[in-house]
Amino acid sequence: MSTLVSPAPAPAPQPAAAPKNYLNVAYGLKSWLLTTDHKRIAILYLVTISLMFILGGLAASLIRMELITPDGNLVEAQTYNQLFSAHGIIMVWFFLIPSIPTVMGNFVIPMMIGARDLAFPRLNLASWYIFVLGAAVVLWTILRGGVDTGWTFYPPYSTSSSYTNVIPVAAGILISGFSSILTGLNFVVTVHRMRAPGMTWFRLPLFIWSLYATSIILILATPVLAMVLLLVAVERITGFGIFDPALNGDPLLFQHLFWFYSHPAVYIMVLPAMGVVSEVFPCFARKNIFGYRFVAFASVAIAVFGFLVWGHHMFVAGQSAYAAMTFSVLSYLVAVPSAIKVFNWTATLYKGSIAFDAPMLYAIGFIAMFTMGGLTGLFLACLGLDIHVHDTYFVIAHFHFIMVGGMVMGYMSALHFWWPKMTGRKYPEGWGRLAALTIFFGFLMTFLPQFLLGYEGMPRRYYHYPPEFQVLNVMSSAGATILGAGYVLPLLYLLWSLKYGKPAGPNPWGATGLEWQTRSPPPTDNFEVTPTVTTEPYNYSQEEVPRGG
Amino acid sequence: MEASRTLLAHHFRDLDQQREAQLAGMWIFLATEVLVFGVLFTGYTAYRTIYPEAFAAASQHLNLFIGGINTIVLLSSSLTMVLAVYATRAGRRRMQVACLVLTALLGTLFMVFKAAEYTIDYYDELVPGMKFNQQEWLAQRVNPREVQLFLMFYYIMTGLHALHLSIGIGLIGVQAVLAWRGRFSPANYMPVDLAGLYWHFVDVIWIFLLPLLYLVGTRTSLA
Repeated sequence: MSTLVSPAPAPAPQPAAAPKNYLNVAYGLKSWLLTTDHKRIAILYLVTISLMFILGGLAASLIRMELITPDGNLVEAQTYNQLFSAHGIIMVWFFLIPSIPTVMGNFVIPMMIGARDLAFPRLNLASWYIFVLGAAVVLWTILRGGVDTGWTFYPPYSTSSSYTNVIPVAAGILISGFSSILTGLNFVVTVHRMRAPGMTWFRLPLFIWSLYATSIILILATPVLAMVLLLVAVERITGFGIFDPALNGDPLLFQHLFWFYSHPAVYIMVLPAMGVVSEVFPCFARKNIFGYRFVAFASVAIAVFGFLVWGHHMFVAGQSAYAAMTFSVLSYLVAVPSAIKVFNWTATLYKGSIAFDAPMLYAIGFIAMFTMGGLTGLFLACLGLDIHVHDTYFVIAHFHFIMVGGMVMGYMSALHFWWPKMTGRKYPEGWGRLAALTIFFGFLMTFLPQFLLGYEGMPRRYYHYPPEFQVLNVMSSAGATILGAGYVLPLLYLLWSLKYGKPAGPNPWGATGLEWQTRSPPPTDNFEVTPTVTTEPYNYSQEEVPRGG
Repeated sequence: MEASRTLLAHHFRDLDQQREAQLAGMWIFLATEVLVFGVLFTGYTAYRTIYPEAFAAASQHLNLFIGGINTIVLLSSSLTMVLAVYATRAGRRRMQVACLVLTALLGTLFMVFKAAEYTIDYYDELVPGMKFNQQEWLAQRVNPREVQLFLMFYYIMTGLHALHLSIGIGLIGVQAVLAWRGRFSPANYMPVDLAGLYWHFVDVIWIFLLPLLYLVGTRTSLA
């Protein structure tokens, strides 16, 4: 039954004295700030990163406003540099990397595997406090002017030339890195040790496989970032050339170490979104996922390959030709597991009974954006072409397609998919679809012109540009306005639904998966009785699970 | 039975699951620590390859005598740590307290020697920016800036190691007090096991630091 209008779910009859759930079990600030319940910590993260997303978005709006005209007439060059640095730092470290893992992962991982909580609940709370501390240090510094190095902190500029607050911002990022490591550690141990009876590795939902792969990257890559930022700080304080070539240091060493973290970080951002799509597609197509094991192992393969391709950021930085060729070939290899995933998701839709609810619209949007972002990534992995488009808007458009088009779409999909589980209420479906479409087209209008701009030679990180680039830049800024409106909509109707949304019932989507077998919102211990798993996930084909149940 | 019930956190099925989770958590934490030090090892290796003469010349000036003594001190502390873990599991409380106290004391002794060594380094003019004699290195036809790079790595690597060791000493010290009060038992031995893993990791890092920093090139004297 393929239809654009799904029937409104019947309100679940509530018993007179409803049993307590995790939201109404205790009230007051203290019950939130001292909670060790993974679901409450997920809500804490949701509030924190939403705030960071708004701040990073404001910086982006100022950037797009400045770029409407070729001359720099809204902000000074220095302010512009500080704006794009603030945008990158806030969005990468304080929104994209924590987003799906800390909000959705925290909320659903224990429920999906049939556990009462993560393995280390207090560590989980600690990682939120560490994250808030890191965010506070960075925001405080940005209010005092921030940095002008970009989010990449390349020396020798960051160590010798920049007069801005490099050390406090680096300290904030380093602090938040510990939060990432603790979250990743908690997830890996939880998946290994906390599974319910019968929950074998190949009965795990694919979201768990993706977050497992993500956590491995978080654990192994983040310490490298922490140390390289520490070395930048040491060089800035002492003035000895660890990276500055004028002082016998090696700036390439910085780039190697930085991208050893920051390239896998791209997969920290996109793998969780792939996990979300793997949940949403079977549910809204009423089909078992096509090729479960291929999708699962593709996540692991992406995590492994992700560690071996960092040198493709350095094709014009002066590494040896042999290193560049090796990194180029390895970068092409990442396309294989990525393509396996895209083909398998598409095959899942074949002969499915597809419902275009908001989570599905976002998930389809993810595939469209990820495919475009991924294919343009192959352009950039190509040694010759990369020299032409290196450090241009082509690169900007490419990674925004992966991070904003892919990752944020996946995050929105997850937010809408699990919103009834988190709050016990449905969001208004019509508004949800409108927002999804607005974001999709707003995004395309913002970033498609940037591919052209970059290909024609507009470099990144400049606050003014030759007049012939203006048409495309105005298109991009107009698209950004639509995109911004698209992001404001969910903020409004999701908050509205907290009070006025229809009660969702335990399983509004008729989805498989243990998290849908408990009440919405779930009780503090997740399940009244520890579930025993006897079947594969996604067994939608076996029996018709009614929608709106 | 009663004791094991209070040991078990509410979200675990049984003590075995809890122990396995704690053990896995510690090993994963140590994996991140390997990467932390790995960055420094990588940077050190890169520069030692680029500037082999300066690194060998600077390494000769470090105090191998104290470095060697400290290696013996730290390895002994690993022995007492293993015995503490054994005593905890066997329920031998007096031996457990003694071994934990000895471990913390040996760790402290290492720190005292390390502090003495830094002081000697200072008087040997091996502290860039504070006390450093460029002429002496120029006379040996070695670029002082390359020597400074070696010394920066020496201070960052041994400093970070000392920081880890200090945390370890604090941890073991607290556990010694708890052990004295009878907190641990053959059923509740995991905290000592985990502290032991951490302690051995810090030792292993030193095993790598000693040859990397002190034993470059051919030595003619100990200090």
